[in-house]
Amino acid sequence: MNVQFRDRAEPASPVAVKTAIADCDIHPARATKTELYPYLAKRWHEHLETYDKHQYQGMMEGPPYPKAQPNASRRDAYPPEGGPQGSSLSFMQAQHLDPNNVRLGVLNPLATGQGIRNHDLSAAICSAINDWQIEKWTSKDRRLKGSVVVGNEDGLTAAREIRKRAGDRNFVQVLLLSRNVEPLGQRRYWPIYEAAEEAGLPIGVHAFGFGGNPITASGWPSFYIEEMVGHSQCQQTALASIVLEGVFERHKKLKMVMIEAGFGWAPSLAWRLDKCWQRLKSEVPHVKRPPSEYIGEHVYWTTQPMEDPERRDHLIDVIEWVGWDKLLFATDYPHWDYDDPSRVLPAGVSDANREAFYLNNALKLYGLA
Amino acid sequence: MTSPIAGGVDCDLHPAVPHLTSLLPYLNDYWRDQVTTRGMTDLVSQSYPANSPIASRPDWRPAKGKPGSRLEDLQAQAVDRFGVRYGICNPLYGVQMVFSEDMADAFCRALNDWLVKEWLDRDVRLRGSIVIPVQSVEKSVAEIERCARDTRFVQVLMLVMGDMPLGKRAYWPIYAAAERLGLPIGIHAGSNYHNPPTSVGWGSYHIEDYVAQAQAFQTQLTSLIVEGVFARHPNLKMVMLESGFTWLPSYLWRLHKFWRGIRMETPWVDRAPLEIVRSNIRFSLQPIDAPPDPATLNRLFEHMQSDELLLFSTDYPHWQFDGDAVLPEGMSADLVRKIMVDNPHATYSRLSQPAETMP
Repeated sequence: MNVQFRDRAEPASPVAVKTAIADCDIHPARATKTELYPYLAKRWHEHLETYDKHQYQGMMEGPPYPKAQPNASRRDAYPPEGGPQGSSLSFMQAQHLDPNNVRLGVLNPLATGQGIRNHDLSAAICSAINDWQIEKWTSKDRRLKGSVVVGNEDGLTAAREIRKRAGDRNFVQVLLLSRNVEPLGQRRYWPIYEAAEEAGLPIGVHAFGFGGNPITASGWPSFYIEEMVGHSQCQQTALASIVLEGVFERHKKLKMVMIEAGFGWAPSLAWRLDKCWQRLKSEVPHVKRPPSEYIGEHVYWTTQPMEDPERRDHLIDVIEWVGWDKLLFATDYPHWDYDDPSRVLPAGVSDANREAFYLNNALKLYGLA
Repeated sequence: MTSPIAGGVDCDLHPAVPHLTSLLPYLNDYWRDQVTTRGMTDLVSQSYPANSPIASRPDWRPAKGKPGSRLEDLQAQAVDRFGVRYGICNPLYGVQMVFSEDMADAFCRALNDWLVKEWLDRDVRLRGSIVIPVQSVEKSVAEIERCARDTRFVQVLMLVMGDMPLGKRAYWPIYAAAERLGLPIGIHAGSNYHNPPTSVGWGSYHIEDYVAQAQAFQTQLTSLIVEGVFARHPNLKMVMLESGFTWLPSYLWRLHKFWRGIRMETPWVDRAPLEIVRSNIRFSLQPIDAPPDPATLNRLFEHMQSDELLLFSTDYPHWQFDGDAVLPEGMSADLVRKIMVDNPHATYSRLSQPAETMP
């Protein structure tokens, strides 16, 4: 985890990491509020000026739980030319991509059209974000690849956006968030999975999102830390829903990446699902195999924020239970809880596992090997 | 198979209320009239449909009536069978689901009185949990104080999914009363269904609700710790019942990491979450969401870094294990003794007190 006032050379020393890495969770930002306007129809400019986004939450500006830092981002990540952290390609290159030897950087834009109650606006902003990713990022730096963002609550329109981007090598996945109006296995989202499988794109499920549901099954908690820790529980539940609704049974080639919600929970969730399925499978006859098998064949996890046990051998146990071939390294640049690639793995890991973890799993999954 | 030892404590038994009409003798005239005049139905929770396979082990299912509704069955199938010295009864009757605090209060009082009369008075090994009308903190405290005079009540029972996160300050008078009276707070799987049963909305299936219990325990632990319940009440014990526990180590690693990163938000949390769990939180043994091989489970016990966290339970009559395999394979004799005897006694101080019944 990045500590705000740690005494460190800036930018990070280029010798910190010698081998190339894939960073599977980078958050590009807009430098100005109107940066998307060139990609949006005129009617939406006026709409946004008048009504703004109308999300599944109360706050017009900012998140309901104030972040720990401005924009939840590193204070040292403000670009010299101005604008919020993550909004400048040249500074991202200088501060992160070059010194950390990032060979593949997967962009996961967060402030998109997802979670907007007006589904037409949601779809328009998502499509604009996709154009913007090409124009501002992926066409300017070939190391960067985009994620197709879609208006998540309207499955049919979302599927059209995916088909529109199919075959475009600027994109390597479809991006959803874990918190939606309903659990992610529900039927309203099925067209998204169908189109993604057809396009050969994995679905990335990033922590966060707005669906109007309290982030616990007992209502709204008080603190930002509860939201941050709670993302892991949201992802567990979303994944359970996806498995128990039979999404992987129907879409045998679909891959899914759980992003920024930890991976340490995965073994226990799979054991629990298997145990419950043994007892209750008559309720879900469309789930034909033990849930752990679907999870093992279809699901990947990004690593940041790395689980951080007191004893490092416990971390290695859990990685072995999840599978060295299932983890995709990520930094979460430019966010404050950034994982430094030179620090996340303990000593004693074999070269093959280290390379799989930092680079090869991602290249293989995203078809770039 | 690891064999249970005699003289243990079964910390999670579920005696079932046969029907709402079974509580009529314990209601006053007004509520008796309300139940009958309004044609109120049995309060069965969605969390445990009576015929669901997890609601009862097949060989524990009675020919008629609800699983767990007969004392003789509970004795033969659990208390005698595993040779326990004490069995703690946690009734899961759906009294928490009602929305009126007055009605919930009347039903909780009746349920607690029913437990005394029909179960605790009939087997000296049985102990009880006080079910409270969480809709009203004031009424909950009054019910705790009323029942606590009977020392056979050894804990206060709440559900893991309710109206508000359990750490919220509004609930603290309940915790103060429990700490004062030497009662742990037992938090049991189940929902009052006043909120969707998952943090991402309503799923389609019963199995989803049940799987989601584990995630609900995780969010409640976060709430209890970061709101500062254990800074205010350092002697309060809480027991997670039917929670599973294999999720605990990795959950704590995450919570600990974020606590270190943003502890400025909750400065009253004066100890690391790991330490708070080790001193104040316990977990019932069943269900074990176990890995397929015993070696992995033993690694997990090591990840827990304490042999004081688990309390023996059968979760009777729920179907969590078969035959006598209530303890997982490969458990050391020392750990068996801790889980079955030492840990429950250290948690439930009232087990060591003479049983005094209500005046």
